[in-house]
Amino acid sequence: MNFELSEEQQLLADTLKKFLATGYSFDTRSKIIASAAGVSDDVWATFAEMGLLGLPFAEAYDGFGGSAVDVMIVMEAIGEGLVVEPYLATVGLGGQFVARGGTEKQKKRILPGLVQGKTRLAFAQTEKGARYDLEHVRTRARRTGDGFTLDGEKRAVLHGFSADLLVVSARTAGGDTDRDGISLFLVERGAPGVRVTDYRTIDNLRVADITLSGVTVPRDALIGREGEGLRLIDEVVDYATALICAEAVGAIKYAHDATLEYLKTRRQFGVPIGSFQALQHRMVDVLISYEQARSIATLACVKVDTAGAAERRRIVSAAKLKIADACRHVSQESVQLHGGMGMTEELKISHTFRRLTMIAQTFGDADHHLERFAAS
Amino acid sequence: MDLNYSPDEAAFRDEVRAWLRDNVPGDLRDKVLSYQSLEKEELRSWHKTLAKKGWVAPDWPTEWGGTGWTVVQRYIFEEECDGAGSPPLVPFGLRMCAPVLLRFGTPEQKKRFLPRIYQGDDFWCQGYSEPGSGSDLASLKTRAVRQGDHYVVTGQKIWTTLGHYGDWIFALVRTDATREKRQEGISFLLIDMRTPGITVRPIVLMDQSREVNEVFFDDVKVPVENLVYEEGKGWTVAKYLLGYERMGTGRIAQSKRELARVKELAAEATKDGRPLLDDPRFRDRLTRVEVELIALEITNLRFLDQLRGDRPPGAEVSLLKIKGTEIQQAISELAMQAAGPLVQVFRPVDANAAFDPFAASLAPRYLNLRKTTIYAGSNEIQRNIIAKATLGL
Repeated sequence: MNFELSEEQQLLADTLKKFLATGYSFDTRSKIIASAAGVSDDVWATFAEMGLLGLPFAEAYDGFGGSAVDVMIVMEAIGEGLVVEPYLATVGLGGQFVARGGTEKQKKRILPGLVQGKTRLAFAQTEKGARYDLEHVRTRARRTGDGFTLDGEKRAVLHGFSADLLVVSARTAGGDTDRDGISLFLVERGAPGVRVTDYRTIDNLRVADITLSGVTVPRDALIGREGEGLRLIDEVVDYATALICAEAVGAIKYAHDATLEYLKTRRQFGVPIGSFQALQHRMVDVLISYEQARSIATLACVKVDTAGAAERRRIVSAAKLKIADACRHVSQESVQLHGGMGMTEELKISHTFRRLTMIAQTFGDADHHLERFAAS
Repeated sequence: MDLNYSPDEAAFRDEVRAWLRDNVPGDLRDKVLSYQSLEKEELRSWHKTLAKKGWVAPDWPTEWGGTGWTVVQRYIFEEECDGAGSPPLVPFGLRMCAPVLLRFGTPEQKKRFLPRIYQGDDFWCQGYSEPGSGSDLASLKTRAVRQGDHYVVTGQKIWTTLGHYGDWIFALVRTDATREKRQEGISFLLIDMRTPGITVRPIVLMDQSREVNEVFFDDVKVPVENLVYEEGKGWTVAKYLLGYERMGTGRIAQSKRELARVKELAAEATKDGRPLLDDPRFRDRLTRVEVELIALEITNLRFLDQLRGDRPPGAEVSLLKIKGTEIQQAISELAMQAAGPLVQVFRPVDANAAFDPFAASLAPRYLNLRKTTIYAGSNEIQRNIIAKATLGL
């Protein structure tokens, strides 16, 4: 057993940390989120140069063949720095469908561009009323001519507006919530019939509502086998869920560190407020949540790529349940212990609060994963 | 023991309910129910509507416009207002400055300010907290130096709610920095916010709302007749106000209204093809909050009943603030969870694009309500008060 990072992993962590400290200050981030695009092309190019975009993809497609633990290191830094660029959307979701389910031709066509930072992807899955059910897919794909025609509406697609290529789940057979009959398609974001509306999220990311009206795609836009998409969706969403758990750990670390610093420096009644036992115990509970979150996220990232489907599902749900609880506990306590300052736009802690609040409800909330774990 | 309203009280409730139904403007009610902030003139117009009806300051002495209602009637009135989605009455004039003037003000001060507060002519703010003085309010540094018939005020206040609407501010200032017991050097001043030297700067909160401000005082001249009570006795005034403020911070009626809305949301939301409201896990959490609220309502009524007699409740009324705010937060959290993954949507990038403003208000509402356990004496401070004053620890 060994919890140490390898030399390469440590180097990756240090390099990324150094870049974010200088090139992604809170002020820089504030400018990025206020911009029209909401994400920075320069930062994206730097990520490509640093090899972050190619990290989990095979060397045959210009990637580095990294494990989920390698990507975990990146996600943790993203969480701590509150990076808004579409790393999870492109590398953790969209790219994974191609890498895991794509044909050789699809991989060759898409992944090298992704790795170089030229192609961004998004996963268009959630629909109105679907909540966290992955099999709830009403968008339809009909066979027409030599390909398919897609009709439907997708909601809150993570970074859908800035994506070049969408991975769209659509039903080629079965009823609205059947497990069979879901297929996955590559759709150009600019294709005729694709209407994309960009939204700011509460935590300063971007999501898009996407309407597909008679969108035609060729036969080779299909990822994997027709009607068997759910298995791949489940696998990729588990992968992304493990990654977002790692992102949460980074954000929780920031919340922990900033709150501890505040307790040591904010003085009331002539003493640092951290000298009050009532607050000390609460800070200790934040530390406990942080340590437990780190453990379960690590477990999820180690297992998500190596375990069989049943164990993977079980561990990922355990992690997301624990992480959702930790997100809630740590975010609420860190704002409360910061007092009014914790409520303000100008302090990073309020941004971290928002991100943690939203992570708790991304890819399934605590209840969803509690049930999924219990049923496994 | 009888926990039901008497026939008279029930008749009173019906009268209030009917009047509110006819008089709360629909556009303002819609704004309140979708958690939008109200403009100064909107707040003022509702204030004036109630003033005209004679219901704007029920708890004042009748000679100044009070209704002479019993505590139960006052409670019924507030509950009906919240239940009807009435715009809020801003408390700083009606329920904070006025009780202070009634208790400590000179006859001239009462005559000058109370009618204007009643009519809503002046918009009042509270100048208490400072950057270095939050929970430790008595450490405040804004100083007021007597020069002839004026005080000259210099310093900074923070978290001034609706300070950008303010015409007047009541402020705690330090008139004597030499006192060993620092509470003794504090005075209570009424300051016209249109006086030269006052700057109001907004603080944007994480839900992007503009409600709190920093207020800077730079050699602001305040006539000595605006001193309330005696110089150096401001802490006595502040403590009186604190006791007055604590009743009615439970926001019980509002929480009942919001809880009903969460049930509506959860009935519309589906989970596994069934209403979320039928989901045992969600329903359990909802029920626990609801039961807590039912208990708090009775606790609140018990305290009110004590007020009616000659055994006024002690510091334990702080628990209304603690529990009331925890319940408010819990309800907003349930609403956010009910909305599921789409709750993250805040605003369209293209302002003309369609979006659902109510759905987009649930997460900001949750963010905003985090303030409730921090403001008006944080819940930690409220626990300290109970520990010290009620339990003798």
